[in-house]
Amino acid sequence: MHSLGARAQSTTRTRTPGEIVAAATPTSQVGRRIVDRTFLGVCIAFTALAVLLLVILLVSIWQDGHARLSWQFLSAFASRKTEEAGVRAPLWGSIWVCVICAVAALPIGVGTAIYLEEFSKRSRFRSFIQLNIANLAGVPSIVYGILGLTAFARAFGTANSEDPITFGQPESFFYLQLPFGHGVLAGGLTLMLVVLPIVIVSSQEALRTVPGSLRTAALALGATQWQTTWNITLPASIPMIMTGGILAMSRAIGEAAPILVLGVPLFIRSTPTNLMSDFTVLPLQIYNWSMRQQSGFHELAAAGIIVLLAVLLTLNAFAVIIRHRLQRANG
Amino acid sequence: MPHVAEISTATSRAAAANSRGTARSRAARIGTERVIRGSLLACALLSIVTTFTILVILLVQSASFFAMPQVSAWEFFTGTTWAPLLGEEKHFGIWPLIAGTLLVTSIAAAFALPVGLLVAVYLSEYAPSRVRAILKPILEVLAGIPTVVYGFFALAVITPFLHEHVSESFGTFNALGAGLAVGIMILPIVASLSEDSLRAVPRSLRDAAFAMGGTRFDVSTKVVVPAALSGIVASWLLAITRAIGETMIVALAAGGLASMTFNPAHEVQTMTAYMVQIFTGDAPAYGIEYKSSFAVATILFVITLALTVVGNLFLRAFREEYE
Amino acid sequence: MTTPPNAPPQRNIDIKPATPVVAPEPVSAPVADTEPIAIRAQGLDSWYGRVQALKGISLEIPKCRVTALIGPSGCGKSTFLRWINRMNDPIPGARASGTLTLHGDDLLSRSLDVVELRRRVGMVFQKPNPFTKSIYDNVAFGPRLHRSFRRADLDELVENSLRAAALWDEVKDRLKSSALGLSGGQQQRLCIARAIAVGPEVLLMDEPCSALDPKSTASIEQLIRELETSYTIVIVTHNMQQAARVSDRTAFFFEGTLVECGSTDRIFTNPANKQTEDYVSGRFG
Repeated sequence: MHSLGARAQSTTRTRTPGEIVAAATPTSQVGRRIVDRTFLGVCIAFTALAVLLLVILLVSIWQDGHARLSWQFLSAFASRKTEEAGVRAPLWGSIWVCVICAVAALPIGVGTAIYLEEFSKRSRFRSFIQLNIANLAGVPSIVYGILGLTAFARAFGTANSEDPITFGQPESFFYLQLPFGHGVLAGGLTLMLVVLPIVIVSSQEALRTVPGSLRTAALALGATQWQTTWNITLPASIPMIMTGGILAMSRAIGEAAPILVLGVPLFIRSTPTNLMSDFTVLPLQIYNWSMRQQSGFHELAAAGIIVLLAVLLTLNAFAVIIRHRLQRANG
Repeated sequence: MPHVAEISTATSRAAAANSRGTARSRAARIGTERVIRGSLLACALLSIVTTFTILVILLVQSASFFAMPQVSAWEFFTGTTWAPLLGEEKHFGIWPLIAGTLLVTSIAAAFALPVGLLVAVYLSEYAPSRVRAILKPILEVLAGIPTVVYGFFALAVITPFLHEHVSESFGTFNALGAGLAVGIMILPIVASLSEDSLRAVPRSLRDAAFAMGGTRFDVSTKVVVPAALSGIVASWLLAITRAIGETMIVALAAGGLASMTFNPAHEVQTMTAYMVQIFTGDAPAYGIEYKSSFAVATILFVITLALTVVGNLFLRAFREEYE
Repeated sequence: MTTPPNAPPQRNIDIKPATPVVAPEPVSAPVADTEPIAIRAQGLDSWYGRVQALKGISLEIPKCRVTALIGPSGCGKSTFLRWINRMNDPIPGARASGTLTLHGDDLLSRSLDVVELRRRVGMVFQKPNPFTKSIYDNVAFGPRLHRSFRRADLDELVENSLRAAALWDEVKDRLKSSALGLSGGQQQRLCIARAIAVGPEVLLMDEPCSALDPKSTASIEQLIRELETSYTIVIVTHNMQQAARVSDRTAFFFEGTLVECGSTDRIFTNPANKQTEDYVSGRFG
């Protein structure tokens, strides 16, 4: 009996943990092993299900749409005749809004991230902005569509949409009108609002990976906060920022709901020429084709999806290449 | 090693070179710094402006909706008939839209939350690193697929499957098909966020449980999952938020009939699908139907915001525990 | 923490050419005939992938005694410890050959039920690692895995385990509160209580005090001496004074070999091997 038994100072002998355990009913070891194996089986089965669903998704879309893929499909405009229809307008529309979205969202997003990570003290104000960004990330994209519609397309009703104030000539790329209406600029800026939280958060994560010692070293040489950020922190985190940025652009290219709320025309037979041009985007064209009950349109939708997925794949391939290049350049 | 004299020569040369360089104006440097700090602050403030503007737009438009004589706030919040477009007697009772959203979201959650967690447990606790290296990118692909693609999938594959193999009662538009597609869409969110939480649980806890004779099942379900619970709950809440706000899938596959039903074979209309119907339709911009969609958007915004806030609280609690 | 398998050999030691670096025949004094042997290793080899971590270890560990394993980092002492409850199993490429037995049962057998083995062999880790559960549930966790208890029995088991770990008086009023609220030393004693509650014969301790302050260390060391009467204890330690204070026997590992093993008094006062002498006198390691 170990000495602690005596400490209990009871008249009856204290049972040791080993004795209590020995007296209890053992659970079935075989049963436990069966539960363990079964659980693993269930985990594997559901993981396999997730993979299988992806395979079914891709295969069924390929089967529906691959016959429609051709050069003609890429170069033709939408048409009531399914055999003549193509994705030229939405493809160019997607490219335009994506570029506008990137040009707007990347500087603002990275700027916000730099402000939060490098310039602001750990204050209440900072955590308020941080909380706000986290909550913006959860706002449904269709709500951003309403914001885009009101702020960009209609300029809060301050200007008359029927008779917009214009700047420059419609032939010029820089043709501008107020309100923007449902042109590519309004579309790109609306998508910027959607992806801004993603860009900010991923850029913050990128900046956080830069060791503090690098910053301290630069500051100790007498560099200002901005010189440190521009020359040291930003170059070191650029590969991650770019990866995050491209991921955000993939999200933007796939968004249909906010564009739909802007009220873009359903039927477009032109590609954008300036920032005010009417446009549609791939996901929206796919939506429109999917909604048609007539035969032939489902195949068009599937072919459109293949084009959309190909665009996303290309974008992600770029992300991988950029990351590799820059990582090598940085050593 | 350089000679001492050499060093002193070099030092004096460097000092001379330094003094030859034009000294930058201190005022200019401080000025630049200030301008940059100001622009960066402006970027950061844009996010606040965004939230504020959303709130103002939704509130102003909802107020003008409720100010209309045909509408009563009481009916809106308690009514069970949503008939804004048909006939003379318009009804604006929000509950059918909430019921539709709830039904689709419940179906999605019933599929994605447990399955996503199981996938996460498998990836984090069981999968050999080689299998993991294959599965992670697959999940990323699933997460990167645009939602309109899932909508098409629901319409072209899931619903015909349900109609043929489950019940004839499944029509072209039904809640189950849309709900399952939404479930597939949020599955990778649950799986990858939950897996992050599970992997953040310290190795030492697993070691302790294994050393006491725990099986892998015991360790996963009785130690690791409970320890990561707040992170898992956060992943669930954030995924549910995405499901509630999902638009394209339900607009394509759930239908456009606002009804108080919990039959998954029925056509339902969600809040987001109603908004799509209004914004793609010919409703005049200052008409009552048009304004009603802002009231619906406000409800949607409030629900998703509340869930996001709670989800982020759980996430913060989890991070504080392990970081 | 596992010792990294490919850890570089410790810093250079001043070795006279006459003294072989590796003692091919470890000076291992046999345990007295009268003492029952709990764990017996014979020619135990172990690898992590291609790196050999243990080379022909032959060692006897007596029942209800404290045996300390000492040696510099990467010498194989933790590896040896973790073969006793097979915690090396999940490490990719870890394997062992030779003989390792616990009361005659082959511990290296493929058919061995590791779950049952770990019920018999408890382990306490370097850093206190209580579960994110209540104090009560931490202690009850292990027993509940293996047996079903009546409520009163489980209460008694938790109490006695906590008493055995000298923690009962400090926590008896807050059994339902989180274990993470305890101090580092209390947490480690809770981990010992948790290991004891499963009803093991052997307790393995992998540097149990290395994350603790001196006061907590002293209380754990006293506890180890008290537990010795009921459990066979194998403790890995970096701290030579600790080995001298708590153990009956000491085994000195170096670069995967067992250099010397014997009663702690003898190892520390009159080591047979030059390397052992250098190590215990603090000349390297």
